[in-house]
Amino acid sequence: MRFDQRHLLGIEPLRPDEITTLLDLADRYATLNRSRQKRSGILSGLTQINMFFENSTRTQASFELAGKRLGADVMSMAMEASSLKKGETLIDTALTLNAMHPDLLVVRHPNSGAVDLLAQKVNCAVLNAGDGRHEHPTQALLDALTIRRAKGRLHRLTVAICGDIAHSRVARSNLLLLHKMENRVRLIGPPTLMPAGIGEFGVEVYHDMAEGLRDADVVMMLRLQKERMDGGFIPSEREYFHRYGLDAEKLAFAKSDAIVMHPGPMNRGVEIDGTIADDINRSVIQEQVEMGVAVRMAALDLLARNLRARPNEVMA
Amino acid sequence: MIATLIENARIVDPEAGSVTEGHVLIEKGVITEITAESGEGLRARAAPENRIDANGKVLAPGIVDIGVKVCEPGERHKESYKTAGAAAAAGGVTTMVTRPDTDPAVDTPEALEFIRRRAREVAPVRVLPMAALTKGRAGEEMTEIGFLLDAGAVAFTDCDRPVRDTKVLGRAMTYAKALGALIIGHPQEPGLSAGAAATSGKFASLRGLPAVSPMAERMGLDRDIAMVEMTGARYHADQITAMRALPALERAKNNGFDVTAGTSIHHLTLNELDVSDYRTFFKVKPPLRAEEDRQAVIEAVRSGLIDVISSMHTPQDEESKRLPFEEAASGAVGLETLLPVLLRLYHSGDLDLPTLFRALSLNPSKRLGLESGRMAKGAPADLVLLDPDKPFILDRFKLLSKSKNTPFDNARLQGRVLATFVGGKAVYRA
Repeated sequence: MRFDQRHLLGIEPLRPDEITTLLDLADRYATLNRSRQKRSGILSGLTQINMFFENSTRTQASFELAGKRLGADVMSMAMEASSLKKGETLIDTALTLNAMHPDLLVVRHPNSGAVDLLAQKVNCAVLNAGDGRHEHPTQALLDALTIRRAKGRLHRLTVAICGDIAHSRVARSNLLLLHKMENRVRLIGPPTLMPAGIGEFGVEVYHDMAEGLRDADVVMMLRLQKERMDGGFIPSEREYFHRYGLDAEKLAFAKSDAIVMHPGPMNRGVEIDGTIADDINRSVIQEQVEMGVAVRMAALDLLARNLRARPNEVMA
Repeated sequence: MIATLIENARIVDPEAGSVTEGHVLIEKGVITEITAESGEGLRARAAPENRIDANGKVLAPGIVDIGVKVCEPGERHKESYKTAGAAAAAGGVTTMVTRPDTDPAVDTPEALEFIRRRAREVAPVRVLPMAALTKGRAGEEMTEIGFLLDAGAVAFTDCDRPVRDTKVLGRAMTYAKALGALIIGHPQEPGLSAGAAATSGKFASLRGLPAVSPMAERMGLDRDIAMVEMTGARYHADQITAMRALPALERAKNNGFDVTAGTSIHHLTLNELDVSDYRTFFKVKPPLRAEEDRQAVIEAVRSGLIDVISSMHTPQDEESKRLPFEEAASGAVGLETLLPVLLRLYHSGDLDLPTLFRALSLNPSKRLGLESGRMAKGAPADLVLLDPDKPFILDRFKLLSKSKNTPFDNARLQGRVLATFVGGKAVYRA
């Protein structure tokens, strides 16, 4: 069992065995989370700061709960409203917080690469809670754990990722993770929502749901961000739902035991039909939320262990 | 009469395409003798203290760098004429052709006069200012092209803001044509390139960066060439960086239009992968391209399709670069690193010395109607003496520019400037 990372900035730097290590630990935390006594003191005495430069409810709550269940002192800051408005730069904000000696820093930022930049300037462990269109590693890890629990394995599965791939950090992280674990990845969506150079990613690209979903084990829907509508990426919501929204008819092309996933928050009737989302036999959306807390506990735990292994540098 | 003799040099003549061993005599700021024969008669013409033994090192016409940004007026904390001039001298640049994208823009004869005065007072090298093509670089009304020409503007450009309105551009070009003024364009389709920080493709997609297709450059060039065909204006494209833009350039030249093109040192020696983990010192405009583009641009310089190589010297302070990649400012300093970095292509066997100095010195001089850039009797003694083989590791904090934003920090380079002469006077000695 090895996990050699100082930060969790993305899926890209992780090795397959590190992913397995993290998921195995998260599985144990999932069991803890279902028991009456949910608390562990493993992060006792450590300070965790959540800095969200972009609105978030579920990810922030999930990280906060994860830290608290492990006994850390957790502080959450909505950065939109604070010093950035006064003209302070991202790096100055980071250095200010760094001077308060946090051990774990959870950061979400609207610019790709901003969390990497910040990680270079602080001496605590940094967890990326989503940066621009780049990566959202804990989301991919919780998706992986959900798939592994539902399917009994995390390899040789056919996973269809559907919707706005171009603007989605969730899609990028999932793509990288599923590749590392040797799955077959299909991307389905209108060509305007596919990133450039997609042909070089080693994935199958479909613009038609019926073809793309054929014999899929996992159907992963992405949220259609409303702001994309203004950019003219798609003609209208109703045409999008008609062609790319997941309903029973389209789901019938996938395997009969295919699971349906969504990172939330959902736009019912835009990318997913409400009855599919609520179908407890197909939808694992609630399980994804549950695994989110477990995966984040595992990530915090592993990074904290690596902190202790390097005491001088950290305490300097 | 003060005379200087540079002895035992390997003399680069970009016009003849040759490198020959010999001696160069400079009198009254002008080259008066280039000869392989070392006679006492020649030596007697320069006092002993004015004889320089080049020891077999390379002597070439000084660099004429089109598109240097000096941040006066407006942002002198980033770069002044004094620091830029010192950096130029140390880099073998004998003429800086400065950009008007200052704050405020250089769009009036008065602003141009300010620059010429500042340059005269503090810069050790020649400074030739360019002026904005439209007032405030806003793309709405042409500047006083006639007055600005009289005041000494050598070219007209809105720099990285292409004039969107083709009617405005057409009128400015037509007016400029009548006065014989040179227009420098930045070929880029502004709708496509808006907000872009990288070149679209696998790398930009993996990094999640907003990106522009290199096709935007070709579309911009196609448009500008059509405008040249319509108006007959003299046109130079500041930077051609994409493979797909090259056929359009070739067609325009074959059709006999008065069109030339430049490229930047960055696009010749770096590619998009150098951005790596969001290194903002590698953010330039247009963004770094794919390796196949870089190779195509090198080939175009070799064949002469691309005429000019520039440093595109763009000073930025640390604060402008210590930001997330999308928000960080574009540009890199280059006056001092242009030559040593470009010598990478000489050492790799891609370009020989006469080809390099054709693009660095001869062609830009010809395009601007200058006497410099030539290794010939009667040409101004704007010269650079360099050791093309001397290795060193670049330390950005040792650069003479006020701003230190170079992508070549810690790079292993080979080739140093030993001395720079402007009008026969040594303005830099290593």
